[in-house]
Amino acid sequence: MTDKPDEKHDEKHDEKVAGKAEGETDDKTDANESARPAEERNLEAAKAETGTGSGVEQPAPEKSPENVPAPTGEVRSVGARHGMFGVSGTGDTSGYGGLVAAKVFPAPSQKPYGGWFDEVAGALEARLEATELTAAIESVVVHRGEITFHVRREDLPFVAQMLRDDEALRFEFCSGVSGVHYPEDTGRELHAVYHLTSMTHNRRIRVEVTAPDSDPHVPSLVSIYPTLDWHERETYDMFGLVFDGHPALTRVLMPDDWPGHPQRKDYPLGGIPVEYKGGSIPPPDQRRSYN
Amino acid sequence: MTTEQDFYSAPGETSQGRVFTVTGQDWDSITQSIGESAEERVVVNMGPQHPSTHGVLRLILELEGETVTEARCGIGYLHTGIEKNMEYRSWVQGTTFCTRMDYLSPFYNEATYVLGVERLLDIEDDIPEKAQVMRVLLMELNRISSHLVAVATGGMEIGALTVMTIGFRERELVLDLFELITGLRMNHAFFRPGGVAQDLPPGALDEIRDFIALMKKRLPEYAALCNANPIFKGRLEGVGHLDLAGCLALGITGPVLRSTGYAWDLRKTQPYCGYEDYDFEVQTWDTADSYGRFRIRLNEMWESLKIVEQCADRLAGLEGAPVMVADKKIAWPSQLAIGSDGMGNSLDHIRHIMGESMEALIHHFKLVTEGFRVPAGQAYVPIESPRGELGAHVVSDGGTRPFRAHFRDPSFTNLQATSVMSEGGMVADVIVAIASIDPVMGGVDR
Repeated sequence: MTDKPDEKHDEKHDEKVAGKAEGETDDKTDANESARPAEERNLEAAKAETGTGSGVEQPAPEKSPENVPAPTGEVRSVGARHGMFGVSGTGDTSGYGGLVAAKVFPAPSQKPYGGWFDEVAGALEARLEATELTAAIESVVVHRGEITFHVRREDLPFVAQMLRDDEALRFEFCSGVSGVHYPEDTGRELHAVYHLTSMTHNRRIRVEVTAPDSDPHVPSLVSIYPTLDWHERETYDMFGLVFDGHPALTRVLMPDDWPGHPQRKDYPLGGIPVEYKGGSIPPPDQRRSYN
Repeated sequence: MTTEQDFYSAPGETSQGRVFTVTGQDWDSITQSIGESAEERVVVNMGPQHPSTHGVLRLILELEGETVTEARCGIGYLHTGIEKNMEYRSWVQGTTFCTRMDYLSPFYNEATYVLGVERLLDIEDDIPEKAQVMRVLLMELNRISSHLVAVATGGMEIGALTVMTIGFRERELVLDLFELITGLRMNHAFFRPGGVAQDLPPGALDEIRDFIALMKKRLPEYAALCNANPIFKGRLEGVGHLDLAGCLALGITGPVLRSTGYAWDLRKTQPYCGYEDYDFEVQTWDTADSYGRFRIRLNEMWESLKIVEQCADRLAGLEGAPVMVADKKIAWPSQLAIGSDGMGNSLDHIRHIMGESMEALIHHFKLVTEGFRVPAGQAYVPIESPRGELGAHVVSDGGTRPFRAHFRDPSFTNLQATSVMSEGGMVADVIVAIASIDPVMGGVDR
């Protein structure tokens, strides 16, 4: 059991290496254009058989991508995890404190994304090309059967309008926006994540935009999805993300005069030590913990 | 008591017009002083401690006589920072926190979180059948208890106290079942990533069958008491109207959406936990008003009862089947059992880890203190809670704790419809409209 951390670490490493290797083979097959599709199909069939890539969000036949998106070999690493047992300095005699493991998020996918994902991406791209906004979509990530469009923040209202109104897209229902703070994702620390549903086609996608901490502004989508009124207020309240164009961007959950934005990673959890029978237990964010 | 000074405004803030601070038993002086002024326009602050605002909801109503010209909600009085707290606990401990959000439907909070974690772990297809059936069983029992409270408090707010007493009487029976199965009436933390905490206790299926038989007798009583009741209909019909376009724009789901006649129910449209294997109907109504929503809730309790019955039949054939995923790197190692001093770790398990296997002890220790790692990524698996689409946006950075867990709570979203549902109506109808949304402030504020 004690060698588990090492294993983990190696796995991470292997994954990275494997990712790179696959990317390389991709390049090679690219050169040999004619051999590529058949080989890819074989690979996909094998993956589908083992069930590793059955990225089915819901079992509805409309939604099941029959292909596995090919990884680009590009790795999106956000920060690193240091140590193992939350001990640093002199207390650490195990050596595990010296471990460094990269935090690797799913890499952008390449076409074909599989099933209806391609229809949505294709329809969206067609609309964007017509308006010369092809750069609006920074990347597309397909992971665990969910598709995420990373959209340039200045183009978000236009993209959202397309997604809602286009015949082939029809994402008429927005579940809300959820903020995420990645302090180590330099230049794109604040993420706003929208979940959109097309009730017409019974599909679900995710749209993600980012803003740097130094300029925490994202265009508001309240005029397109009125439901986002309170959701954007909540995200502003919790992350300090300013939604430009919101009719009344005020705090919604915290008191109006509250200092700071509580769900940012640099905002402490707070709490006091608990004393019991002579012992003192520090608050949760100051306890020694695995990382 | 009448005063020119507004105690509740910030220093230096000017309030327009006269300010009345009502402290109770002073209605005579209030009406007298209002009678002196000819102005009909009054801004009323209702709550956050008003018995018929469903918990700590604050309403700011602008009235012209008895007509509401503007209605606004003030929320946040029950904000507990659960989402932030979850970032400081292991993935398994997360269920202990999120179950406390929408306290009338705790199993749904757990379910959407657990399904998100399972998707990130990529073990969605490995969850044992019995765990899925037990989840469905508990969720549908929970739908019954939640709808009972919605109907009961909704009735109480318009003066139908009998509806309240019988609603809570039946809810108690459901809570007894929860206590029997999970050990707790509320805040169960029973769903875990990979399955459920423990197997059905002996005799549970008999109790469930007794409950089904009893509810089949009692549910028609609600229908007989309310459905054609002229006062009930008079108070509910045409109140809180919101059409399909309004629902979609405002992101409204659940019974409010289905009261427009649109059969959108995630259990049917995007099934999870094996809902595609159950026989039930999505309930709709075509009046888009409070009465329709009441009837939908009543009918949905019938449908839930049907599902519970099917679950009980399936569970009867699954005796002894596993309720936790087979992967020992994820499954909670300890087994619970009833001892002489109540529920605790089973003696067999204690004997095994303390006396027989050092490896098992280390394994137990590591899983309980450190927990498992969840691959980096994000997932959103919404489910149909009694109030609509409830979804947890779960983000992992590959660590042993959630990097971020955000809950899209239907109460929070649906409460935005308060203005459109009640502006232009009578002040007494505001309460009916809000009751038809059935917001739970624990879920709204989280």
